Amino acid sequence: MGEVHKSRSIRLLVFIVIALAAFFLSNVVDELRVFQGASLSVYIVAIASIVLLTGYSGQISLGHGALMAIGGYSAVLAHNHWKVSIPISFAIAIVSTAFFGSILGWAAARLKGPYLAGTTLALAVGLPSLANQFSVLGGEQGLAFDVGAPPKSLGSDFTQYKWYFWICALAALIIVWITQNILTSRYGRQWRAMRSAPISASLSGIQIGRSKVLAFTISSGIAGLAGAMLVMTLNLVTPSAFPLSLSFAIVTGAVLAGVTNLGGGVIGALVLVAIPDIADLLAGKMGGAEKISANLPGFITSLILIVTVLLLPNGPKLSKLVSHKTK
Amino acid sequence: MRLFSTLLIGLSSGAIYSLMALALVLVWRSTRVVNFAQAGQAIASTYIGYLVISRTDNYWLALPVALVAGALIGALVDVALIRTLNKRVKSGPAAEMAPVIVTLGLLGLIRSTVGMIWGGDLKAYKAPVTNHGFTFGTTTIPFSPYNLLIVITTVIVMAVFSIIFQKTNLGLSLRAAAFQPEIARLAGVRVDLVRTIGWAFAGGAGAVAGVLVTPSNSLSPNSLDLLLVLGFVGAVIGGLESLLGAAIGGVVLGIGLAFILEYVSTSLAFPSAFIVLILVLLIKPSGILGKKGGRGA
Amino acid sequence: MSLIIENLTVRHGAITAIDSLSFRVNERELAAVIGANGAGKTTLLRTLSGLNEPIGGSVTWHGESILHTKPEDLVRRGILHVSDGKTVIPELSVKENLALGGLWRKDKKDVVVATDEVIDLFPRLGERLTQSADTLSGGERQMLAIGRALISRPKLLLLDEPSLGLAPLIIDQIFQTLDSLRHKLGLTVVLVEQNAMSALGIADTGIIINLGKLVTVGKSNDLKSDPNLRAAYLGY
Repeated sequence: MGEVHKSRSIRLLVFIVIALAAFFLSNVVDELRVFQGASLSVYIVAIASIVLLTGYSGQISLGHGALMAIGGYSAVLAHNHWKVSIPISFAIAIVSTAFFGSILGWAAARLKGPYLAGTTLALAVGLPSLANQFSVLGGEQGLAFDVGAPPKSLGSDFTQYKWYFWICALAALIIVWITQNILTSRYGRQWRAMRSAPISASLSGIQIGRSKVLAFTISSGIAGLAGAMLVMTLNLVTPSAFPLSLSFAIVTGAVLAGVTNLGGGVIGALVLVAIPDIADLLAGKMGGAEKISANLPGFITSLILIVTVLLLPNGPKLSKLVSHKTK
Repeated sequence: MRLFSTLLIGLSSGAIYSLMALALVLVWRSTRVVNFAQAGQAIASTYIGYLVISRTDNYWLALPVALVAGALIGALVDVALIRTLNKRVKSGPAAEMAPVIVTLGLLGLIRSTVGMIWGGDLKAYKAPVTNHGFTFGTTTIPFSPYNLLIVITTVIVMAVFSIIFQKTNLGLSLRAAAFQPEIARLAGVRVDLVRTIGWAFAGGAGAVAGVLVTPSNSLSPNSLDLLLVLGFVGAVIGGLESLLGAAIGGVVLGIGLAFILEYVSTSLAFPSAFIVLILVLLIKPSGILGKKGGRGA
Repeated sequence: MSLIIENLTVRHGAITAIDSLSFRVNERELAAVIGANGAGKTTLLRTLSGLNEPIGGSVTWHGESILHTKPEDLVRRGILHVSDGKTVIPELSVKENLALGGLWRKDKKDVVVATDEVIDLFPRLGERLTQSADTLSGGERQMLAIGRALISRPKLLLLDEPSLGLAPLIIDQIFQTLDSLRHKLGLTVVLVEQNAMSALGIADTGIIINLGKLVTVGKSNDLKSDPNLRAAYLGY
């Protein structure tokens, strides 16, 4: 067990270094990069939820965009109606989405591969548009989300976007830390056992159904947080912030670096954030028509997804998968 | 009267769901993959039909052109992607997920390509017959000649497929290859070729669904997403294992939704479909016509 | 011309299922391949029919290699494999199962002739033509599978444990039928069996393998009378 403690301490150190580096960077780069940093954090959290659900417990979800929507709307509603602080809004987002996720997870535990995929796809397509029906959810225009200006104590030239970035980055670091711990805990081991050898897993006493629901619940909570973070950076929550392509994008980001690899999820997030920039560059070369620039990001994302799965079906860091002992 | 016209509306929309369900079931049966890219293939075919309509103003020409385009695209997808997938991904945790992700990626790829070529603004798609309801004396029912066209076309497509599958050698090969590919190979059936033909059929069916549904909806790269979901629900209701099931499932869904829309509330359409989906998957996962173990692989 | 197998090696993941196996079956001969469970007999047939890929060695039939070819193409060269376990397609009718054997053939008239011959040979199939194949008993399924293969007018027939799960009376019937059939049609047959007695009873040659390796090859009469072999591999 000393091994585990030692690697834990090393990890903690790494996290602290990353945190310091991130905060340092935010002071030296321009606003656009800071905003991208916030988006990066959102993606990292969202991808973490997929790594847990799909990479570890082996359940596929194409509907995490919808879960993010639930988180986003919960945070905004809580903040606007109950006047709670940001951390509490985020917490409410996590809990409400996790709750919904537990119900969804109960159904999902009974579904296999394509059926689960189709069901979550249905969710992704239909749920956000539900907001159009209910005026309390703001309809198509959505609801404004104003978390307020950064506190005076940080200085007068501390921009709004930097504030968002600090909040998001902090949230991302905390969540990734917690997720990493969950994944290396016995729950994480259970999920991996379930995924790679379901029969022996259940024979050794793991309650597969419950384990799956747990995974779905936690994953949903994490996705809800990502949604809340997203709407904070947008100052707004609308159905159009959660299109089908969002669900695809985070699955792509997770698959890119091997869907079982949390650290690789960061790389996936980086790629996702970089795509719009790359797309803009290419679109400019291709004449810059609006229809090109609007669709090129989606095109590149999808292309990356297909190529990755065809060329590297198990992710590039194969060694991390192989030697896992599951007794 | 209201009952009757609701039934007819449900029949018309159900017919379209059946076609999409048929496309999904065809591919599922032959390749054990739920082809999410079906919506993408269908939308691409529908846009190709749009090309024909915008130049010739002839819907009757657009329909077969779209169908052929859909068949070719379907065959291309199988040859390019699925065969590659089968060769590379034999086992491991990725094997179950890889086809799903690939078809999803393909959906996004085709959609964005269509968007890049034609842009995202809504395009009108003129129907060849009026969408104004049939009138009997002073009452007009919400069922129009256009709805009738949908139902008739669907019945024809289903009938043609039925005949092909049950009465021809090709159909026998298709069924054998879908049920037991290894035994079929050992009997001399060219399983890979036959499977590609299955994908072509599915692509054609999806294209017809797209072209039939679009006049009432106007065309945009995303306009068939909902149809994909509803087609999937219809296929699940019918059991994902038989063409008849696809037909029945789609119609049942169409009629069910029509009744909910008419008698309960218009905003509950999606949640109802979703709840139906979940209920069917949980209670009778093999669907109305399915056999045991339909929910798994 | 014969079936010549030289240094055939086949792997399943890390396991070497067949290890440098070499033997030959002359035309019109019936060779019985015998060995315990896991000896590699099924893998051998699957490699011969194109379902498995070897990593080394060669197999030629009538002088031409049959490796790296799809099963459905080998069928068109007259090599038919009746596998063990699942032999028929239960979701199809008996008639449809039989029809599969003739689908690829161009000579449709001969397909009709061949089908009639099969029904004469196995009247039970003729009684059940429109029934679904999953209503057939084990023995009837075996007949159906063999019948389907015969409609393809095979030259080389690969049979994997046709006696598996069948009652002794039926086993006798099947073997008698196989024996008279292969003489009548001039078939070359590779018969894989655990039921060594029955197999050697109709075979010309016996090939004994264990753990993927060749133990011995010999005339079936000689093998039957060698007491060591009998004790070790033939179970008596």
